[in-house]
Amino acid sequence: MTPPDFAFYLFAILVVAAGLFTVIARNPVHSVLWLILAFLSSAGLFVLMGAEFVAMLLVIVYVGAVAVLFLFVVMMLDVDFSALKAEMAKYMPVALLIGVVILMQFGIIFGVWQASDVAEQNVAAATARFGGASNTQAIGQLLYDDYLLLFQLAGLILLVAMIGAIVLTLRHRSDVKRQDIVAQIMRDPAKSMELREVKSGQGLQ
Amino acid sequence: MDGFFSSTVGLALMGVAQAGLILSFVMVSLLFLVYADRKVWAAVQMRRGPNVVGIFGLLQTVADALKYVLKEIVIPAGSDRTVFLMAPLVSFVLAVVAFAVIPFADGWVLADINVAILFIFAVSSLEVYGIIMGGWASNSKYPFLGSLRSAAQMISYEVSLGLIIIGVIISTGSLNLSDIVRAQDGAFGLFNWYWLPHFPMVFLFFISCLAETNRPPFDLPEAESELVAGYQVEYSSTPFLLFMAGEYIAMWLLSAVIAILFFGGWLSPIPGLPDGAFWMLLKMAFFFFLFALVKAVVPRYRYDQLMRLGWKVFLPFSLAWVVLVSFLTHFELFGGFWARWAVGG
Repeated sequence: MTPPDFAFYLFAILVVAAGLFTVIARNPVHSVLWLILAFLSSAGLFVLMGAEFVAMLLVIVYVGAVAVLFLFVVMMLDVDFSALKAEMAKYMPVALLIGVVILMQFGIIFGVWQASDVAEQNVAAATARFGGASNTQAIGQLLYDDYLLLFQLAGLILLVAMIGAIVLTLRHRSDVKRQDIVAQIMRDPAKSMELREVKSGQGLQ
Repeated sequence: MDGFFSSTVGLALMGVAQAGLILSFVMVSLLFLVYADRKVWAAVQMRRGPNVVGIFGLLQTVADALKYVLKEIVIPAGSDRTVFLMAPLVSFVLAVVAFAVIPFADGWVLADINVAILFIFAVSSLEVYGIIMGGWASNSKYPFLGSLRSAAQMISYEVSLGLIIIGVIISTGSLNLSDIVRAQDGAFGLFNWYWLPHFPMVFLFFISCLAETNRPPFDLPEAESELVAGYQVEYSSTPFLLFMAGEYIAMWLLSAVIAILFFGGWLSPIPGLPDGAFWMLLKMAFFFFLFALVKAVVPRYRYDQLMRLGWKVFLPFSLAWVVLVSFLTHFELFGGFWARWAVGG
């Protein structure tokens, strides 16, 4: 077994094992941690395929940001594990059925899988165009030159989704005291303080 | 002998030896970084600092490390044992791992990969896990609050760190750290370095680095006046030592990154002098000195101020800078001052 083979089997086994433990771990926080291990191992698989840019993006975006938010939410949730377990027994047959159906579908697909004659040519043509360029440059060229419009549209859709989420949850409450940063910074002693002469026995009204 | 070093076993041995060399460099420098940090802090406060163990107290850190290792590891009763012990390991190992791609001189790099800067960024974004895991596994209120703060803080400042790095990448046209340093080489010594074309970003990057490593004035995850020690409350002995070592190594790493991105890495500041690892170490030490100085002279931020600074000041400013730099680079304005990939050298 050559070192790349060894690395492949190591990462592949880690992905499958971590995926399995993500599902069967009792503690949801442990599930997320196993999920992170699965992400990291698949990043290793990407590196083995020579797609180092995608691997790094996977780590930065999924592990560094998305999984942190998962962990955040899961940690804050107050989950009753015993109740969850009782629920699980009820849904188990349906879940098993769905799992078996999906597995069979995969089996069928895998059984009749045939690569098209032109598939290999197409793959070769796509990589040959970039010559010796690294895949970072190739991806950049594809995204920002060839498919610029589609890329921008995708970004726009995400922006709309983000604004939509904000609009849906935003509510202005007038009965709370808000912090006005500019007003705080602009305050100066001359305007906010006043010296008054207080006569004895009278006080201020 | 040549045949042996090109065989699989030989290559593996070489890799292990080189990794060991970098690891020993990091560990030895760690000993003196902690000492230097305390000395700088003491000097600002007109104290003497550590001065008893060894000459000028140089061996104080060794004594402290031994003391930590010999103490008993206390694991809180309600804690999650595995995660509790994994957390300090994660934060320590990840801090060391990133050194694999740092070039100390031309060709002196363990892994000269194409996406080195992304690798560092990825590893530093993973470092938050050590803190979150530690805070959660302690099963206690202050550590948990500390870890939540830390997670939000590190994610916020990573965004602006990433955008600032993009500016440098656009100027260089490469993600390789050695290429980034080589692009700063030129006839004018230190005036060829990126600190001049990317001038305002140097400060933003330095401040974001402070937030990313949870250093004062952004050490809110462990703010002792409100959270006792944040995520470190329940830690003792070696696990605590690992947390602390991880923090210092992360700072050392970011000093190296600042030196490489903006201050020419191993290049000498004066045109006539030879380049070399010496300059790299000097620059790293200088930025570590700045880290230590900031800790001593700046009071701690409030948490809402920290978040506002990250999202409402740094993010828009660095985003605007990326757009500006792309413009300046693409049209090669000012004699290619920003477009280093186009003019070469």
